[in-house]
Amino acid sequence: MSATAEMTPAQAPRSATQNACKLCAPLGASMVFKGVQGCLPFLHGSQGCATYIRRYMISHFREPVDIASSSFSEDDAIFGGARNFATGVENVINQYQPEIIGVATTCLSETIGENMIGMIREYQERYAGQGAPLVHVSTPSYSGTHSEGFHAAVKALVEQLVPPESVTHRDTTRLNILPGMVSCADLRHLRELVGLYGLSATLLPDYNQTLEGESWDQYHRISPGGTTLEEIREMGANAATLELGHTLALQKESAGAWLENHTGVHCHHAGLPIGIRLSDAFFTALSQATGRTMPDSLRAERGRLVDAYVDAHKYIAGRRVAIVGEPDLVTSLAAFVSEIGLQPVLCATGSKLKGWAEQVAAEIEPGIEKPEIVKGADHAQFSARCRALQPDMLIGSSKVYPLARELDVPLVRVGFPLHDRFGAQRLLTLGYRGTQNLFDLIVNAVLARRQDDSVTGYSYL
Amino acid sequence: MSEETANGKGPLGVEGPSPAEAMEQMLEVYPKKTKRKRGKQMLLNDPQTPKEIGANSRTVPGIITQRGCSYAGCKGVVIGPIYDILHITHGPIGCGWYSWLSRRNMTKIRAEGETNYLQYSMSTDMQEEQIVFGGEKKLKEAIREAYEEFKPKAISVYATCPVGLIGDDIHSVCRDMKKELGINIFGFSCEGYKGVSQSAGHHIANNGVFKNMIGLDDTPVEAKYKINILGEYNIGGDAWEIDRILRLCGIHIIGTLSGGVSYDEICNCHMADLNVVMCHRSINYMAEMMETKFGIPWFKVNFIGLEGTKKSLRKIAQYFGEKELIDRVEEVIAAEMAEVRPVVQDVRKRTEGKTAALFVGGSRAHHYQDLFQDMGMKVISAGYEFAHRDDYEGRDVLPHIKVDADTRNIEELEVEQDTERFNLRNTVERKKSLEDSGFDFSDYEGMMRQMAKDTLVIDDISHHEMEKLIELYHPDIIGSGIKDKYVIEKMGVPCKQLHSYDYGGPYAGFKGAINFFKEVDRMTSTKVWKLVRAPWHEDASGEASADAELANASV
Ligand code: SF4
Ligand code: SF4
Repeated sequence: MSATAEMTPAQAPRSATQNACKLCAPLGASMVFKGVQGCLPFLHGSQGCATYIRRYMISHFREPVDIASSSFSEDDAIFGGARNFATGVENVINQYQPEIIGVATTCLSETIGENMIGMIREYQERYAGQGAPLVHVSTPSYSGTHSEGFHAAVKALVEQLVPPESVTHRDTTRLNILPGMVSCADLRHLRELVGLYGLSATLLPDYNQTLEGESWDQYHRISPGGTTLEEIREMGANAATLELGHTLALQKESAGAWLENHTGVHCHHAGLPIGIRLSDAFFTALSQATGRTMPDSLRAERGRLVDAYVDAHKYIAGRRVAIVGEPDLVTSLAAFVSEIGLQPVLCATGSKLKGWAEQVAAEIEPGIEKPEIVKGADHAQFSARCRALQPDMLIGSSKVYPLARELDVPLVRVGFPLHDRFGAQRLLTLGYRGTQNLFDLIVNAVLARRQDDSVTGYSYL
Repeated sequence: MSEETANGKGPLGVEGPSPAEAMEQMLEVYPKKTKRKRGKQMLLNDPQTPKEIGANSRTVPGIITQRGCSYAGCKGVVIGPIYDILHITHGPIGCGWYSWLSRRNMTKIRAEGETNYLQYSMSTDMQEEQIVFGGEKKLKEAIREAYEEFKPKAISVYATCPVGLIGDDIHSVCRDMKKELGINIFGFSCEGYKGVSQSAGHHIANNGVFKNMIGLDDTPVEAKYKINILGEYNIGGDAWEIDRILRLCGIHIIGTLSGGVSYDEICNCHMADLNVVMCHRSINYMAEMMETKFGIPWFKVNFIGLEGTKKSLRKIAQYFGEKELIDRVEEVIAAEMAEVRPVVQDVRKRTEGKTAALFVGGSRAHHYQDLFQDMGMKVISAGYEFAHRDDYEGRDVLPHIKVDADTRNIEELEVEQDTERFNLRNTVERKKSLEDSGFDFSDYEGMMRQMAKDTLVIDDISHHEMEKLIELYHPDIIGSGIKDKYVIEKMGVPCKQLHSYDYGGPYAGFKGAINFFKEVDRMTSTKVWKLVRAPWHEDASGEASADAELANASV
């Protein structure tokens, strides 16, 4: 089957989307804004979107998530919401004293074509430049998914906060990391890894603490943690940028590329480091960016991972797996599973990004048959193809569970949202250590199934 | 216990500032205009003469609210749970996705081979092209495809915000498709910006169900006592527990609107002799319209809490007025209470005198007070998320409620008597004679008449006000929803989600009450909060806590 298998039955054009594999763009943007210190996300539109988005982020992270909204009425929908925007921002400032407000649009304000730039200018005049900065990102969900909304918000933050001037004096001890949509544990791990190379990191975003916080002694209006405004403003002066996620290479100008073009900070691109090959690429980039070689502790981690691959090969080799999720995640997972000898039979995403399918195809290990790759998919299509392809295992979010139940195959949960298991925030997937974690999950899912299915229930496997 | 703590200045004598002071502290951070508006949505309760509350007013932009939108109230709450209607959201992907099984309406298919459409989230997934050139064509195709694939009995279509703006006429699309496919297809103009909360969507949904489903099937129902339960959504299986109890009593439910219900049951539910209303807010429109059209009387019931459940059962029995039924109800109550009583006695040892606050829904903040009272707990503050003045002050204020612009946008159906089907089983006369003997119909006295004096009533509470409340009174438990849950728990107060029940339940009826008592007992007795303070923790109360550590260690 060719990489972008045109028009399998499941891909026959359909008007409706049945159980989408994508969420809406402002959700991604809100997640990014939650990763900036003192930042309050603000959705310009009706309040329902903010409420729904909070609901889903909360059920995944199990943390407070406040998102303000300009609460459009019918009149505002017709005549424009400039007044609501002004009142909303004022109220947010009074109650929350944010250090920055992250404004994202909803489909409603995009449809009316609200003049966000004008409103923000007005705000700046009203506060005589003294108010908390407003960063604005355009996130119409009729032209992008949560994943695109996420990347767009990162871009908006650097574009609107980092001074676009080329810097001659660089802080050689600091690295920018643009991690993409990863878990809180992944964010912490990335920072730790940069530390192992002797540098410190500015992660954008960094919601590791805001979306997986400690219990509090006193109440915080805005959850503590996140990248500071100062750190963002200085990103142009850091040693280099490491930008993660295959799809960023498909963008006209990603956040990392913008930084390079406007401040001269060199940008290294890498996929999400899942699997040995992609992790090696990531660590090579990290070595280049830092000018240091890999520390021994990481070499050992890599060694143990290879050893685990060898040990478990007999259990998993040749098993057929179907993957669905965010585009960057699916690409890296495809690389990883094909590397450990699983046969990916289907890789799908809800996003429609041009060039994504080719990226996935290119990541499949030589010698492994290319899977069916479907973009703009929904769960109905994914399920229909799975019924035909009969995978032994599924990888995806909680929304894949009904299919796993129907096909009676294990589901390894990765991606967004995960609300039927505990600890989505702590799910480590990146680097050798994250790969080890995922690898164990996969192998154990196979073993558990084998054990459950066996007549004897033998406990040596 | 309650006596010991009952000498503070707070509501019901709890420790802390006077409720008036607390209100002042909640309001002081707001800018003038917001302060004035929020001030009208907060009051000190007077059960004798409930004061006017500024409920159902628009949320001020930038105040983070728990409220959702009209679409959420229409599709998400009222119609969404009907399992054999195929629901299609017309709009961009998010709205439909977010309302995909996110409420825990439980349902069982009625016949083998049927499909439970609640597992599906169908959306037209509007793209830029539809935003610019209109989405009617795509909607038609979506309906056709859905029909081809599933052959459902009925299809319903929900409009989201952008749809109204680009001017798609979903109703004419539905009419056309109804003709083309020969099944019932209808639409709801529940764009999220209509009204001030999900409440507007309830009204829109009631109208649509009334126009497009109620009265379609006149098949007589063979049962002596037949009723409908309105405003019960079967979260966590509540409707099933109510059904179990009523069945034991010999009462038949034709339709539960709309938890666990089927399309056919709704079409047939005008064959009932009585409507009882659980959630007044979301469905009183339906009760009124059915009475006008078919002469079916209604009254308010509450199956949450032991007292409420008993009272409701007895009232239904009295309505039918037959000794056999009245006796049967007493037998059922006695048998069920024999099971509940030991549990109550046990948990009360720990829960008596503890405090609770409730901020949820359009009826739950009221209903759940009964369950807490059953456990000897004090409700010091309560408020709804999206209710109206009548839900607070009682239906007697209805004539005095000002109709604002947001409400005027929602259609009021002109309903007339159905000349052929009005009062088929003499329910009008029955109502009249019962009324003469002092029986209340079309009644709801509201939440505030049942709350203690000087407790705090807060409508559409904001995060900031919630924080203040916790800081000042530190209730032992708060009942709220997922958007508040983790904020509340970060502050060391357990939070019981009363929308989703934290994926537990049922809590209705007798068995439900047992579940709830055990759950609240567990939550308010947990030692986990103590772990927040490490042994080396130092602050003003460091000494005391060190002592406590030692005391614990020596046990
Ligand atoms: S209108 Fe757009 S932004 Fe709002 S929930 Fe729907 S898809 Fe998301
Ligand atoms: S776009 Fe409108 S209908 Fe959709 S979630 Fe937002 S407020 Fe509700």
